[in-house]
Amino acid sequence: MIRCENLSKSFRRARVLDGIDLDVALGERIALIGSNGAGKTTLIRCLLGEYVHEGKVTIDGRSPRTERTAVLGKIGFVPQLPPPLKMPVGQLIEFSAALSAADPARIDALAGRLGLDVAAIRSRPFVKLSGGMKQKLLIAIALGRDAKLLIMDEPAANLDPAARRIFFDLLAERQHEATMLISSHRIDEVASLVNRVIELDMGKIVLDDRVADDVSLTGRFACRLVARRADAALAKALASWHFTAEADGLAWRGEVAGPDRLRFFGMLSRYVALIGDLSLSEVAD
Amino acid sequence: MKALWLTARLDIVESLRARWFLVYAGVFGGIVALLFLFGLTESRVLGFIGLSRLLVTYIQLTMAIMPIFVLITTVRSVAGDREAGVFEYLLSLPVGLAAWFWGKLLGRYLVVFAPVCLAMLAAVVIALVKGIEVPWGLFGYYTALLAALAACFLGLAMLISAVAKSTDMAQGAAFLTWLTLLLFLDLILLGVMIQGRVAPEVAIGIALANPLQVFRTAALSLFDPQLIVLGPAAWLILDTFGGTGYRLFALAYPTALGLAAAGLGYFLFRRGDLP
Repeated sequence: MIRCENLSKSFRRARVLDGIDLDVALGERIALIGSNGAGKTTLIRCLLGEYVHEGKVTIDGRSPRTERTAVLGKIGFVPQLPPPLKMPVGQLIEFSAALSAADPARIDALAGRLGLDVAAIRSRPFVKLSGGMKQKLLIAIALGRDAKLLIMDEPAANLDPAARRIFFDLLAERQHEATMLISSHRIDEVASLVNRVIELDMGKIVLDDRVADDVSLTGRFACRLVARRADAALAKALASWHFTAEADGLAWRGEVAGPDRLRFFGMLSRYVALIGDLSLSEVAD
Repeated sequence: MKALWLTARLDIVESLRARWFLVYAGVFGGIVALLFLFGLTESRVLGFIGLSRLLVTYIQLTMAIMPIFVLITTVRSVAGDREAGVFEYLLSLPVGLAAWFWGKLLGRYLVVFAPVCLAMLAAVVIALVKGIEVPWGLFGYYTALLAALAACFLGLAMLISAVAKSTDMAQGAAFLTWLTLLLFLDLILLGVMIQGRVAPEVAIGIALANPLQVFRTAALSLFDPQLIVLGPAAWLILDTFGGTGYRLFALAYPTALGLAAAGLGYFLFRRGDLP
């Protein structure tokens, strides 16, 4: 699906990508990780045909630079920072759908599943939406066409737990027909979504590892947590994960999406001294 | 072709929502309103009366304002979009680079030309309502001249946007371009010629190459083609080419210059990094 041969990119004297060799097959879900400046965004831009570079990049055997429309028609892209577009939401959907030969109604429906009512915001400028709304719309646009390659740069960063759970469901629906490249500077954000991890550092691949593919993207875990004492900050954090308190106000119950467990534990780690008991059990489908 | 029109439409919608467009449209609408308000149609200067006088004044003001407006707003918008990540996202969609670049240019052309043309059209409508005689020949030529002016400076702006790496650099280059063209207007050429530092042929060559000078000479040639009004280089050019020949040149040359600049901009844009 993706092939990079000796891919290098320099900006003036700085070598940002340095001889990358990479082969990615259809159906692989890759976490592209690395610290800031490691070369993740530059690699993504090379894959999108936006940068000129040394070496060779092909997607499905075609160059994204010279055969742009054919290649990019099969790629769905979610950027890390939403672009400050002044155009109304409706026009952004129509524009992207028209270029990608997609059905705008499909994008509307996907946005709806993520909790975004497109009809209510159709005439609002995209730039005026909240960070979460922008992210949901960009995800819906990327997933709203028959993309064989999904490139997502920190796609779930601005989503609340409920929207993230639906996002994982949407990815699960596409996992056998599309390759996914999910970029993040934190492995815990994406580890449970992927079956291969590629780490970049100083423009080189320093880790390329297959990981156990046991985590179901649609899995759910029932969680019960008992706090040692009532705490407003912990209560607020659990409420944001849609947990509900039992009568005593100390015990909390809720559901966590399988791929979101690391993030959930990351949140809990801030309150570890307050936690008296914690149980997590998989919910049968 | 579909992608080109989609991109043009996108740029029009983005521009119509931008603050610069409100100011830009307001300036030209305001000029026409003020010229009517101050009774310019009733005044008589050098034989020009009624709407002719208003149109001549309007085109003089437009030639002073429009180039710098088009240059600065275009480079700010294009280079700004690139810096803000708009290019990164929109160019990840399956749109060809030619459709993107020329669609953007087409959309912007309509946006910068429409207010100028509509303001002039509004003047004509008001004149017809008030029973003032409309000089249709002058109106037609000035409309064509403004269309050429917009194409010329838009092409130059797209070239600057393609070359400049940042918004600041693009704005600086746009301002410098405008300043250079301004410095080589006939008044400066006159000074240079008096000092005898350059051959008259060179001064005339510069005057012919400078689109600002070309517009000025063409507009004035309909107004009062005298040495004292035109300046020496422009007068000599008019004398050599003849009025009609020069007026045709004034439409063709700036348009060709704008298209050539835009063509070079496209060449540089497609062979470099896009965002």
